[in-house]
Amino acid sequence: MNNRLLPAVLALVVGLVAGFLLYPMFAGSGDEPAPAVAASDGVDTPAEPAPLPVVESRSTLDLVRERGYVRCGVSQGLPGFSNPNDSGDWSGIDVDVCQAVAAAVFGDADKSRYTPLSAKERFTALQSGEIDVLTRNTTWSLTRDTALGLDFVGVNYYDGQGFMVRRELGVKSVMELDGAVVCTNTGTTTELNVADFFRSNGLAYSIVAFEKSDEVVAAYDAGRCDAFTTDASGLYSERLKLADFNDHVVLPEIISKEPLGPAVRQGDDQWADIVRWSLFAMVEAEELGVTSKNADDMRTTQNPAIRRLLGVEGAFGQNLGIPNDWAYKIITQVGNYGESFERGVGENTPLGIPRGLNALWKDGGLQYSPPVR
Amino acid sequence: MSSSPQPWNNPKLRAFAIQLAVLFVVGSFVWIVVDNTITNLQRQNIASGFGFLENPAGFGIALTLVEYTEQSSYGRALLIGFLNTLLVAVIGIFIATILGFTLGIARLSSNWLVAKIATVYIEVVRNVPLLLQLFFWYFAVLRALPLPRESLSLLEVAFLNNRGIYVPALLLEGNGLVLGLAAIVGAISAWLITRNAKRKRLETGEIVKGAAFAPLLVFVLPVLAFLIFGMGLKAEVPSLKGFGFKGGWSLIPEFVSLLLALSFYTAAFIAENVRSGILAVSKGQTEAARALGLKPTSVLRLVIIPQALRVIIPPLTSQYLNLTKNSSLAVAIAYPDLVSVFSGTVLNQTGQAVEVIAITMTIYLSLSLFTSLIMNWYNRHMALVER
Repeated sequence: MNNRLLPAVLALVVGLVAGFLLYPMFAGSGDEPAPAVAASDGVDTPAEPAPLPVVESRSTLDLVRERGYVRCGVSQGLPGFSNPNDSGDWSGIDVDVCQAVAAAVFGDADKSRYTPLSAKERFTALQSGEIDVLTRNTTWSLTRDTALGLDFVGVNYYDGQGFMVRRELGVKSVMELDGAVVCTNTGTTTELNVADFFRSNGLAYSIVAFEKSDEVVAAYDAGRCDAFTTDASGLYSERLKLADFNDHVVLPEIISKEPLGPAVRQGDDQWADIVRWSLFAMVEAEELGVTSKNADDMRTTQNPAIRRLLGVEGAFGQNLGIPNDWAYKIITQVGNYGESFERGVGENTPLGIPRGLNALWKDGGLQYSPPVR
Repeated sequence: MSSSPQPWNNPKLRAFAIQLAVLFVVGSFVWIVVDNTITNLQRQNIASGFGFLENPAGFGIALTLVEYTEQSSYGRALLIGFLNTLLVAVIGIFIATILGFTLGIARLSSNWLVAKIATVYIEVVRNVPLLLQLFFWYFAVLRALPLPRESLSLLEVAFLNNRGIYVPALLLEGNGLVLGLAAIVGAISAWLITRNAKRKRLETGEIVKGAAFAPLLVFVLPVLAFLIFGMGLKAEVPSLKGFGFKGGWSLIPEFVSLLLALSFYTAAFIAENVRSGILAVSKGQTEAARALGLKPTSVLRLVIIPQALRVIIPPLTSQYLNLTKNSSLAVAIAYPDLVSVFSGTVLNQTGQAVEVIAITMTIYLSLSLFTSLIMNWYNRHMALVER
């Protein structure tokens, strides 16, 4: 090695080592107690309190207001959930949740922007503050709710994992798929569910996992795999992309629970409440029979529950830190949950998904909103 | 020291001060980055640390070189991904080198047709993005292949369909160690014979007859051992069962397409390196060698290539590194490489982006540095020895 370079390299190495060694010594000079979380193995946890966060600590609501629009993370195109049309406008039931939040905060559902994210990118985008809400057909699970630093605020679609096969195979049940090749996405809960299901039933399988859904569908269409697995709703919507979708059948078994819902960053309870209640307002409106058509007339009704929801009585919006007519804006601009469902994925859409588990609780489904009072 | 009254005019002191300043800047930069990362991870309640590597992975992987089940740990999944990357990189480098040298020499051929074919190949392949070539080999070729039940077959023992290539597995009955030993003995004796023949040729000018066939001993001895010890060989023919073929040896289409795309693409670049290396050897060398009465093949082998290699090796190293790193495009076609398995699936299951990306980067860096190390050693070995 060149002798002249040696001191410079030594200085760099010493600098790096010193940086790491000195870190714990200086790290403990702040006065804000840090949450007790296991530190990285490389560096000792300081015994004293950690310093104040270096990043800005203003609330998400303030940031959103200042910016003038809500940023939502959506899928890269899943018909019925979040899908752009030929002029680039997004629609679907996930997009509706995002618009509901925009309507609640700004009184204008159009003050929302969308970032298409792959299954792999979605959590990092939310953690790093690139988006404010993740409304991207994302399964609520314990790991995601805790270790990923996220908070799921509700369920806007109760789903489960299913399988699709070619009709000509004559397969009637998932149990007949012994030895099959299964295609799916990487970085999803489906990969784990397939492994669990086949293992617990003693069936052999091999998995082919792609990063993007379009490539999963292309590979399945090309015959690379016998079965295509993802959330049942996803199967119905991806089936539309196939050359002749009547040649494919969705098998009856649902092998997992996949509650899909919006998620926010941990640590901002006010923002979590706004997103949570924007979703609840849509469900509550359906239960009370308030629709985008009749919401104006309903303002004069004597039903106290409806008057509270529409902001005629009480100051419920104020408690959330947003205008009192928040729910009224959501209902008139986006619609209630039932309207959103029928418009996005319901029986009259190409997806043709029945309400099933997503019916209101009083109709035998699971959609239930705590009272607005 | 009286001639330098001002301290900033003292070169030693100045150099020390500058280095101290650089050290301070680098140290603070590292401190800020580490501190900022840890603080923010804690603030957002994101798990950190490397403990997750021991947790069970829970997902399956299509291609595993060593044992792996769903109950294996994330650390094991990391190993599987790393081995898969290594597999495609090593075989890819091998194919790309052979193809690249052939094409590079072909482009300089005096045969018009051969030269033009090589030129067209190089210009087309070199100028189409690798990802597109990858999609071509995967989706275009996959679509053209039949389903397992309508497989193309060779004599009903080897099969080709859109699930991969299936050939009969040769299973050895008996002790494989004996054959390995025979091959090693063969290799050593071949080396000795070749060395003695060369020494004799240099000393006396006599050519030892048959010495050129010495390398064949590597194969001949194991075959002899096989016959002497009366071992058997059993072929396991793949057969159609259920959804696909069972038994035999198989290659998955993801691996084949990635390997083809990587080696064909890199070969085009290597061919240009080879051409530049050959053209860098002055024409006088060829003429002098011809004047000595060497055959054209000997001119190439003994005079041109050894000199050309000195020019070829440094850019060749870059191409090997490129091939290794480009193998991360595997994620687009579901080949379970390091990026797909570890910074794809594992990252998503655990959510520990900082640790996972750091590990992935470290592995690629080590792999590249290791390749460079080997190639630099080879470069020194081939360098002109000045007397």
